[in-house]
Amino acid sequence: MATRIYVPCETTALSMGADEVAGLIVHYAGIRGVDIELVRNGSRGLFWLEPLVEVETATGRIGYGPVEPDDIPGLVEAGLFEGQSDHPRFLGPVADIPYLKRQQRLTFSRIGITDPLSIADYRAHGGFNGLDKALLLSPQAIVDEVKASGLRGRGGAAFPTGIKWQTVHDEPWQQQKYIVCNADEGDSGTFADRLVMECDPYMLIEGMAIAGLAVGATQGFIYLRSEYPVAHRILENAIHRAEAEGYLGDDVRGSGRAFHLEVRLAAGAYICGEETSLLESLEGKRGLVRAKPPLPAIKGLFGQPTVVNNVLSFAAVPFILAQGGQAYADYGMGKSRGTLPIQLAGNIRQGGLIELAFGVSLKEILEDFGGGTFSGRPMKAVQVGGPLMAYMPESQWDTPMDYEAFGQLGAGIGHGGVVVFDDTVDMGEQARFAMEFCTVESCGKCTPCRIGSVRGVEVIDRLRAGENREANLALLEDLCETMVDGSLCAMGGMTPFPVQSVMKHFPDDLTA
Amino acid sequence: MHISEPIQQHPGGATMPGIGDWTPDMIRDEVNALKHKPGALLPILHAVQNRIGYIPEGAVGIIAEALQQTRAEVHGVISFYHHFRTRPVGSNVIHVCRAEACQSMGGRALEAHIKTRLGVDYHGTTADNEFTLEPVYCLGNCACAPSIRVNDDIHGRMTPQKFDRLADRLTTATLDIR
Repeated sequence: MATRIYVPCETTALSMGADEVAGLIVHYAGIRGVDIELVRNGSRGLFWLEPLVEVETATGRIGYGPVEPDDIPGLVEAGLFEGQSDHPRFLGPVADIPYLKRQQRLTFSRIGITDPLSIADYRAHGGFNGLDKALLLSPQAIVDEVKASGLRGRGGAAFPTGIKWQTVHDEPWQQQKYIVCNADEGDSGTFADRLVMECDPYMLIEGMAIAGLAVGATQGFIYLRSEYPVAHRILENAIHRAEAEGYLGDDVRGSGRAFHLEVRLAAGAYICGEETSLLESLEGKRGLVRAKPPLPAIKGLFGQPTVVNNVLSFAAVPFILAQGGQAYADYGMGKSRGTLPIQLAGNIRQGGLIELAFGVSLKEILEDFGGGTFSGRPMKAVQVGGPLMAYMPESQWDTPMDYEAFGQLGAGIGHGGVVVFDDTVDMGEQARFAMEFCTVESCGKCTPCRIGSVRGVEVIDRLRAGENREANLALLEDLCETMVDGSLCAMGGMTPFPVQSVMKHFPDDLTA
Repeated sequence: MHISEPIQQHPGGATMPGIGDWTPDMIRDEVNALKHKPGALLPILHAVQNRIGYIPEGAVGIIAEALQQTRAEVHGVISFYHHFRTRPVGSNVIHVCRAEACQSMGGRALEAHIKTRLGVDYHGTTADNEFTLEPVYCLGNCACAPSIRVNDDIHGRMTPQKFDRLADRLTTATLDIR
């Protein structure tokens, strides 16, 4: 029987040489006359170990990593094909790696284990159970299950998903409604959406189909950022296969109900992650934000009732339907129910995906999982939740990962990205970048954002040059306040958060 | 604003890779295949750019007419999105991530090195037409930063030395094909 070898086909693994590693493994197997079956699986999300090669043995899947092309001859010599332990890259059974074993993977239970495009694999690991269940329920019962889970939007705004679905459900059914997936994952330090799409795409398809059944929508769109070419390829392929197998189309699983799905490629505008700007873009326009109300749930895409959710929100739904909303709500703390996919990135030794119930402290993530900085130097600041969120100093790292606890600090969890900086960082430069980023990415519709960010860069430059310290600090404070209170959306409204956090916690870095 | 080196034509008039040669019929093909879709403009612009390498000025009128929009509307959409280009690019498009996770791992120094090595600023194309340099804000490879994208391939844990080897290899590969 052929020995099954796994080499991931996911972006980070590829960026570290997975294709070359896979080619060499096939090459050496040929030379040695070993019969192997190469599976291009997803990534487990243990990124410091990529490319992570796994070999299936009688005692489970044995891991080796990080494997570089130059390691292959030695690994083969040391018994790679038999899962032997006599090599420095040997990791033992992958399921026992503490980083993985300590997680509570509800959404990401399959990533890295399966072939992302195999529907048979997906089904064998519980896939489509949620959709099967939903097809037996009334639309209201589906919405009720999502409400019971306590799921809040994972894109960053944390709005209760069930309430959003209820609003769209309650709009008259004799009209076109839409399901839109926001896959414009633009925050630096985040990659969980990408992992869903590259490593378990049918989970997203299933979650969106369930949403369609719940609210009476027959058409879905995935608005995918153009910076994700691998995810694009895999999603297109997965949708094609799901259509062929009757999971999408005019008659979903013989139910007589239709759900069609299409990927639409974005074009490199950060603002299009804002839901109304995203809808404009999907309609073929400039991505200018819309004033709310009307809510997209009532007048969304092409003026029709529309559910707009993040990838992770849809991805949580199959579990909720299959296991029940309560099973999901059993995890978490306070009003933050379920699990949070934390993405640990930047200057960190062990970066990757960490799915845990809400409530784990930031410190545990940084130390127990992250193992300190990549550079080996002391940590200085951590930015949680993307470029529009605060930089947190060490005194705040005991905070539990919970929407309310972070909110009280003037910080936020956002989409769950955690970017670590060591003590070589110049926080003044980071504050300047926050404003600079807004000058590049502002949609231009409202003045505080469009002009305020340009003035922000200028004031910070003056401060860093040592000009009129007190007056410029007061001006910057005032400018931040104007942007927070006067901007139309979160872009201008939150750009000041990282700047204010630098003024508060790292004032010495800001002035010359 | 686009800062670009003047594009050099290949001696003998042949088209170099990356310099789009286009006809109105090519644009019409792409438009006709997609114009029935709701919100068709972005898919059409992607299709045109994928086929030609950029969106030529002459395409704007054809697209506008087919979608019954004004040229100003179509131009407005093209200019809003960073991804869409209105001039030809080099054989390889290099996107350098400028976002925070890459900054934390030496991204700013890498960025400076790449600009010096290629001798162009962002949105510029090298004089030999091998490389076009673009900034990008996050490639989603943030646990193995800093990252760059070369055409459709992402490269993690990039260093100045690794970049030089990569650039040499890409240049050599193109020469071989020629």
